[in-house]
Amino acid sequence: MDIIFEKVSYVYQKNTPFEHQAIQNLSFHIPSGAFVAIVGHTGSGKSTVIQHLNGLLRPTKGEVRIGEYILSSDQKIKELKQLREKVGVVFQYPEHQLFEETVVKDIAFGPQNFGVSQNEIEARTKSAFEAVGLSEELRERSPFDLSGGQMRRVAIAGILAIQPEVLVLDEPTAGLDPKGHREIMSMFKRLHRENELTTILVTHSMEDALEYADHVIILDHGTKYMEGKPEEVLIQKDKLQAVQLDVPEIIQFLFRVENIFGVKIPYQGQSIVDLASELNRLIRGDGSSE
Amino acid sequence: MEKRIVTFRNVSFRYRESLPWVLNNVSFSINADEWVAIIGHNGSGKSTIAKLMNGLLTPQEGEILVNGTPVTPETIWEIRKNIGMVFQNPDNQFVGTTVQDDVAFGLENRGFPRKEMVKRIKQTLLQVGMEAYTLHEPHRLSGGQKQRVAIAGVLAIAPQVIILDEATAMLDPRGRLEIMETMHHVKEQHNVSFIMITHDLKEVVRADRVIVMSEGKVVEIAPPRDIFAKKEKLQQSGLDIPFVAKLVDELTKLGTKLSKEPLNHDELLEELWTLYLKR
Amino acid sequence: MNNAFIVGQYVPGESMIHRLDPRSKMVIIFLFVIVVFLANSVWSYGLLTIFTVLTTLSTRIPLSYIAKGLTPVWLLIVFTFILQLVVTKEGAVLFQIISYPIYSGGVAQGAAISLRFFLLILVTSLLTLTTTPLEITDAIESLLHPLKRIKFPVHELALMMSISLRFIPTLMQETEKISKAQASRGVDFKSGPIKNRIQAIIPLLVPLFVSAFKRAEELAMAMEARGYQGGDGRTKLRELRIEGIDYLAISVFFLIVIGLFLTRV
Repeated sequence: MDIIFEKVSYVYQKNTPFEHQAIQNLSFHIPSGAFVAIVGHTGSGKSTVIQHLNGLLRPTKGEVRIGEYILSSDQKIKELKQLREKVGVVFQYPEHQLFEETVVKDIAFGPQNFGVSQNEIEARTKSAFEAVGLSEELRERSPFDLSGGQMRRVAIAGILAIQPEVLVLDEPTAGLDPKGHREIMSMFKRLHRENELTTILVTHSMEDALEYADHVIILDHGTKYMEGKPEEVLIQKDKLQAVQLDVPEIIQFLFRVENIFGVKIPYQGQSIVDLASELNRLIRGDGSSE
Repeated sequence: MEKRIVTFRNVSFRYRESLPWVLNNVSFSINADEWVAIIGHNGSGKSTIAKLMNGLLTPQEGEILVNGTPVTPETIWEIRKNIGMVFQNPDNQFVGTTVQDDVAFGLENRGFPRKEMVKRIKQTLLQVGMEAYTLHEPHRLSGGQKQRVAIAGVLAIAPQVIILDEATAMLDPRGRLEIMETMHHVKEQHNVSFIMITHDLKEVVRADRVIVMSEGKVVEIAPPRDIFAKKEKLQQSGLDIPFVAKLVDELTKLGTKLSKEPLNHDELLEELWTLYLKR
Repeated sequence: MNNAFIVGQYVPGESMIHRLDPRSKMVIIFLFVIVVFLANSVWSYGLLTIFTVLTTLSTRIPLSYIAKGLTPVWLLIVFTFILQLVVTKEGAVLFQIISYPIYSGGVAQGAAISLRFFLLILVTSLLTLTTTPLEITDAIESLLHPLKRIKFPVHELALMMSISLRFIPTLMQETEKISKAQASRGVDFKSGPIKNRIQAIIPLLVPLFVSAFKRAEELAMAMEARGYQGGDGRTKLRELRIEGIDYLAISVFFLIVIGLFLTRV
């Protein structure tokens, strides 16, 4: 499902003293199957964009197209429920939405709402359990007895069980420790590949944008500030710093190397191992390297 | 010998007898004016340490001393005057309806006269850079701003120890930076010990010492430089290895010998530059 | 956020009405509610209307915003008016609607009661529009202070009120977040049979309660860590002060009340 934003604006609490323009004249195109990172500060309009992706909000101006579904200010779409089945959203701190008596019931809640058959739900919860790496013995436990990390996984499994075609992730690893962060992010990467999902990662983290996305959109004050391939966008230090965003650490480091040694090592997605051997050649003055 | 401000002696704690130990035979001490970082994975027991320190929880075994006084139900109110705490969730510790009311809360509890309160509120909000927000309501502030107000509220009672219990975990990068800068600023102006509880190794670089926790036990106590050198131990404790440390590791494998373990880009580049000149 | 929630919400401003001590405002409104019922002539109603209109204008809050806030009230006012028309059978018959006689007394009665109702709602909403909830809490604490002698927990009540006020926006945001998260999981809050809609509240309420309890627990811990041990020995940052403009406002109001007695028949 292609996602197209066409000159979208959204105003909160229109015609009140509290009126607030969240996004303004925003246009972009996310092709089906892409892994896109949307990056920006708090208040840049990221969460407003998310809510347009499954029809929680309708644009004040402009048009949002998600596959065959169209959202605009003057028409209300009837197939809202279908849209929400196709676009799964993992909100920030998704464990706050857990409510059922048992883990398995909570995971089944979404599919049930969308009218999935009981047999199918069984199969889906089983595979969602596997996908997020929860052990089967937690099935009948109350979700409120689990650790924070486990609750997060249950909540994510609840979205995966809906089997959406588009997966929207709003800071999915907020508050997790580094190990949890790595596990969850590589799980999404794997799901993206295996299920041919369109994945939209909304994040503050430049490191994650660089590591996982194949396209980045940078928002600032409700407008699109930059867009393109991560390795092209995230190296533009001055432009990013102008809106107080950092460049990823490895790129920062390469800039410093260039400053000190007067030699440019271009960023081309190299791993730390590659970088170490490039540096090694540099300090040994091995001119034959590049 | 330096003055010890907090001492844990063989402390063990669990919430209930049927549950496993959250802390298991933990001992360490913190000196006056020192900056200590406590790091560990989620569930390693690091936050429990903070709550034991000012009597919000009581250990089943062992002894905790603050300023030489054991923490007991009789002494906690006295001890809480010397230990300020900033918690993880910016929303759930903001008591006041406006910024100045929140900073005032601790002062009001301790019966400060109004004139003194006004003075201290002004001073501390200035120190955390929130003086322009005195009358703001919490829901109009960012997470980082709320946490800075919480720091001001703690500073206002002039404690000897300030504990930041994962105070940056729920913040965006900008908010984290704000808090780190605020802490440096405060440290320059006050004689105060900082205890920073975190799982982000980037936040421990400036600490004097680091306590690494894993599964309720102290795994290591050492200055950051020594901690960064023990990569395997960090990894085993479920922590991330910082970029610089990873790079150093790979360089070492290629036969590059550095004179010391670098903590940041500057130090690593300096080492590399020295080697480059000597080539 | 939902527009319905902002009705009557505090609008920041620097007007004279904003600057009045909240206790003056509350006392005036309390008395106003009583004197409204004393009006019984065209002149007396006129006087109260002029007072209300001038006060409203002096808040400098856009009238369109106030009017929007009163929308649900209009319905009630119209309903009251019609009810009076139908039930009052005094005075001359003015005309008939579908063989139903409308008396002049009914029109007068209907107009008087609707106006009274309108003035009451407008004046009380001016309080919340120009006074922060915190000021209202402080005023209540101060006005109830004498009750402390009979062991009424004035401090605890005020603290409870101010903490609730502090957390209302937080919990409202939370409600919105959870309902959006559940809507994304296919819950339909807005259509379908009543039974389903009632069931749809459970996935909203359970997480909301869980989170409210967690917040309360953490807040209690934070308060304890910050040395809270109850109201004894506590001092207060906030002070209410009666100033010149309060005396002015109260004097003006008393002139209105005197005028009201003079214009009564």
